[in-house]
Amino acid sequence: MTFFQMTKTVIKNLFRGPSTLMYPAKPAKKTNLSRGHVSIKPEGCITCRSCQRKCPTGAICVEVKEKSWQIDNMRCVVCSACVDVCPTRCLTMETQYRAPLTARGGKEKYTVAGPKKKEPAATDEAKPKE
Amino acid sequence: MSKQIIVPFGPQHPVLPEPLHLDLVLEDETVIDVIPTIGYVHRGLEKLVEKREYTEYVFIAERICGICSFIHSQTYVQGIEAIMGIEVPERTQYLRTIWSEYSRLHSHLLWLGLFADGMGFESVFMNAWRLREHILDDLEATTGGRVIQGVCKVGGVRRDISHEKLDDMVKGLKGMEKDLHDLTSVFLHDPSVSHRLKGIGVLGKADAYELGAVGPTARGSGLAIDIRETGYAAFDKINFRPVVEHDGDCYARCAVRAKEMFTSIDIIEQCVRKIPDGPVDVKVTGAPDGEYFSRAEQPRGEVIHYIKGNGKKNLVRHRVRTPTFTNIPPLVKLLKGCELADVPVIVLTIDPCIGCAER
Repeated sequence: MTFFQMTKTVIKNLFRGPSTLMYPAKPAKKTNLSRGHVSIKPEGCITCRSCQRKCPTGAICVEVKEKSWQIDNMRCVVCSACVDVCPTRCLTMETQYRAPLTARGGKEKYTVAGPKKKEPAATDEAKPKE
Repeated sequence: MSKQIIVPFGPQHPVLPEPLHLDLVLEDETVIDVIPTIGYVHRGLEKLVEKREYTEYVFIAERICGICSFIHSQTYVQGIEAIMGIEVPERTQYLRTIWSEYSRLHSHLLWLGLFADGMGFESVFMNAWRLREHILDDLEATTGGRVIQGVCKVGGVRRDISHEKLDDMVKGLKGMEKDLHDLTSVFLHDPSVSHRLKGIGVLGKADAYELGAVGPTARGSGLAIDIRETGYAAFDKINFRPVVEHDGDCYARCAVRAKEMFTSIDIIEQCVRKIPDGPVDVKVTGAPDGEYFSRAEQPRGEVIHYIKGNGKKNLVRHRVRTPTFTNIPPLVKLLKGCELADVPVIVLTIDPCIGCAER
């Protein structure tokens, strides 16, 4: 009896295509919620450092004076805590995985817009100097 | 008395996916004593609780195990919620139940594949893992992660599932149930499988109780221990019975796991039928002050998270007792008196997860 059951499965498998994908020639199946990697729109970042505080692995480093945002991809565990906390929604979760990295090549640094309120103050300071 | 020799089994062995080391003391071909050693993959995750905020630690609690990850985060979060007196919404409880049953399905299918592969039954391995892929796809579509879901948080869950998706999930499971039935009946009724498993590695009911066996290892020996019956999450509103087998041998433990998959599908179906509408999280303020033992049923058995906080953001103590750790004394008892060739099969029937056991 079991023999016939197995034969049924075998015959089914013969006529069905393979269950595996030819990755990476064909891209992996991804859904809207899939967590691939974090990306930033630098023009939206106000250097509030919420993402840096919430990151459980300390992968994000925000320099307020330098107006820079840096992520260490070797440390990032793609938990999406930074994306959830970002007040300006400039951090987004991409669905595809990042390409493999070496231990030294994981850091990405972006120059960001910085806080919005300070811009008029900076121009005010610049005027008297002229 | 013939000469005794010691054969090291593991930490690197073809049937073991994880590093467990057993020193087998043999007389001829019979195992007369076993000395287990663990400690090859200790990561010190419990100590990290002092360095991370209690809300961030959920991500670390989830990474204790790579298979039952969701249930670890759920147990930890339940403990914190109990200390802080947080009432989570009912929809959250149902969602947690659905995801925990999904991880049980995924774990049992993974085990079935590995076990069949360990015995040389390759086609069951391939078919089990093909079915498991559907479960992982559903997990990814609803949580964002295949294995590390990252969906639990203190005070609720981070993602909601729409009604259409829930119906789709049940429809998918119903379609899968037939394939699963074919697969498990081929596996359980195969004469060579029965010959290999029946009457081997027998653990009596009294021994199972005394040595503290949990999960399918205990239920295979006739002990009806299932922490889901205590009614955590939404299990108190779900009608189910734990699967119990009475023979106590390798076959009984396999049968328990095979039948539990159908119970899980049934639980998910009931949850989807009963799930209420509403919010999925509540706002959490303050920090835990107190201690709590949080228990849950993992695919491998009962897991206990002991959590102690002192009113600050960082907890003072976190201790996890995982099911594999408790199942090692019964394993030693099972192996005494068996033949050397049966050792791999017996070790795999307790479904060892050493990454879990050592944290």
